[in-house]
Amino acid sequence: MTYLDHAATTPMRPEALAALTASGAVAGNASSLHASGRRARRVVEESREVLAGLLGARPSDVVFTGGGTESDNLALKGLFWARRAAEPARRRILVSAVEHRAVLDTVAWLSAAQGAEVELLEVDAAGTVHPETLEAALARDPDSVAVVSVMWANSEVGTVQPVAALAGVAHRHGVPFHTDAVQAFGQLPVTVNASGIATGEDAPDAITISAHKVGGPVGVGALVVRRGLVLQPLTHGGGQERDIRSGTLNTAGAAAFAAAATAACEHLPRESARLAALRDDLVRRVQHEVPGAILNGAPLAGPPGAPRRLPGNAHLTFPGCEGDSLLMLLDARGIECSTGSACSAGVARPSHVLLAMGASDEHARSSLRFSLGHTSRAADVDALVEAIGPVVERASRAGVTV
Amino acid sequence: MRVLAAMSGGVDSAVAAARAVEAGHDVTGVHLALSRSPESDRTGARGCCTLEDARDARRAADVLDIPFYVWDLAERFEADVIDEFVGSYAQGRTPNPCVRCNERIKFAAVLDRALALGFDAVVTGHHARLDPDGTLRRSVDPAKDQSYVLGTLRPEQLAAARFPLGDSTKAQVRREAAERGLAVADKPDSHDICFISGGDTGGWLRDRLGSRPGPIVDADTGQTLGEHDGAFAFTVGQRRGLGLERPAPDGRPRYVLDISPVTSTVTVGSAEALDVWRLVADRAAWPHEGVVACEAQVRAHGGVVPARAQAHGDELVITLGSPVRGTAPGQAVVLYDGDRVLGAGHILATG
Repeated sequence: MTYLDHAATTPMRPEALAALTASGAVAGNASSLHASGRRARRVVEESREVLAGLLGARPSDVVFTGGGTESDNLALKGLFWARRAAEPARRRILVSAVEHRAVLDTVAWLSAAQGAEVELLEVDAAGTVHPETLEAALARDPDSVAVVSVMWANSEVGTVQPVAALAGVAHRHGVPFHTDAVQAFGQLPVTVNASGIATGEDAPDAITISAHKVGGPVGVGALVVRRGLVLQPLTHGGGQERDIRSGTLNTAGAAAFAAAATAACEHLPRESARLAALRDDLVRRVQHEVPGAILNGAPLAGPPGAPRRLPGNAHLTFPGCEGDSLLMLLDARGIECSTGSACSAGVARPSHVLLAMGASDEHARSSLRFSLGHTSRAADVDALVEAIGPVVERASRAGVTV
Repeated sequence: MRVLAAMSGGVDSAVAAARAVEAGHDVTGVHLALSRSPESDRTGARGCCTLEDARDARRAADVLDIPFYVWDLAERFEADVIDEFVGSYAQGRTPNPCVRCNERIKFAAVLDRALALGFDAVVTGHHARLDPDGTLRRSVDPAKDQSYVLGTLRPEQLAAARFPLGDSTKAQVRREAAERGLAVADKPDSHDICFISGGDTGGWLRDRLGSRPGPIVDADTGQTLGEHDGAFAFTVGQRRGLGLERPAPDGRPRYVLDISPVTSTVTVGSAEALDVWRLVADRAAWPHEGVVACEAQVRAHGGVVPARAQAHGDELVITLGSPVRGTAPGQAVVLYDGDRVLGAGHILATG
């Protein structure tokens, strides 16, 4: 089996699995006052401290949630509601056109049901949001904006956004800035340490992270929220997490998240370099087998120390082939990848990310995402390179439109 | 053999796929997404393209432990089946969208793509038999026989088709599904046109074609008996819903005899006037020359009448030994010799 879909989810790390089973075997509600409760509480708080340490945040900034989608919902709805309650004129929400559906669907709902005015920030052909674009959108009427959200790195094409610059623009206009760092955390240095999340002008005010993208379990995430930032909660009933999030604390999940994040961040520069080298090899050799294949997103090599692309991401278009066909044929050969966004029926639609980058419908439909992670080895790339030529040849016979 | 199993989410296609697996084939399940509008995905409309059906198909594939994908054929389906359906009604014909879907989607777009991708055959849950020599036959279950909706397929379309259910009754299929642990074992059959939720074809057509009022005219007297909103809401042979206040002078029920889309006139008359003794059809699937004695069937669940068919150039002329009623251009006429399908065409004219 050749697993090239780490951006969807990555195998659980042994450290995380050990923490999950160790904590999962022990009874205890972290809100209880007795010894079992205290034991659970200690595990949760130590996990919170570990994550805060990795992010350069204070422990109290870390709000555990049920995952990345919940964190995005909490950030956008929570900030929109709170900001509008304080200043009714703040109805506008600015998000990039290439956000994950957890952001786009959330703001679409806020628009349809809550009177929000949503503006999608344009991206360039590489998928980058330019600070000038945000500046222009804010400058039109800064006092009407409730929140800005731009992802740290794109989940489909891997483009890394200039988050610090964008956060700076938002802050100069007095608007809070949220970023979905689900794909970036563990692959890039996602830290608010440089200037400190509490005071820094160029640090995001809220960051979404998720455990299962760094080798932890599904169903755990966090929203890292700057102190003093007021959010209205999505859920009510206990107020366990700073009165922003209710629900019995997921002790084992938090422990496993912390263990996975520690393992992911421990050797991050070295591991990122390893993945980038593997990814570069993948792209080069696939393009050698299929000369017409086109790399989408940012170039492979970015400026030193500031990659413009996630190290594990390779997103390619194979003109004349349906992405669905390629995926099926690769799957039949034991090679697992993704066509990008899928709707709930499982039907592949042309990716909104590629369309926002200016790609044609056909170009978007002919694309595949290969994403590498901590278990990826050279043999995975070898397997893909061996299969891709015949697969593309076969898929091109079936054509692009059925 | 590498086979593609088209899985609608119903019990028949699930068991057909299961039998292909059991026969030792390398089976891949595919659900055809035919609906473009997200609403119909979410409302759970009856038919074969709701989200629930896709989930049922996926679950059946899981139980069979076969790969499963969804193929988006919504654009093709809309262009080749739905638009054609609307256009036919607008011209006063009575199309059969299931026949059309088999001709253009299942045994064309899907089959072509499957073959191009390296599959050897396409398996469906149709109740019909296919002999090794390519002869199509009725299912052993006369109540569920679907050879009619497959009758217009050409030999090259049938060559790569497999119908594993033709030797079984529906009851046997359901029993087998239960034995195999398939949750769709007792899922109700779908009867409606899959893209018209609720089954109100007239209302659905009115939404698309708008109001086109016209007279309802008595065939014998030429008298205008009433007005209607759009001729497309009527089909030849229809008795109910004519909205006529006055009964016929002889007190007998009146039926739609003819629909003239140009003048939007609906002509009504007695049951006897509906009798059709002669059909002219195209030669969609009629390789034979000379006069062929056979039996004709003009609707999916209708009976057969004795017939003699003869090709004249591009047309197939069928004279009937006893009349059929309420037959309209657009329907398929399938010609049988006992349980054997001899061929078929689309009715161009009657009378």
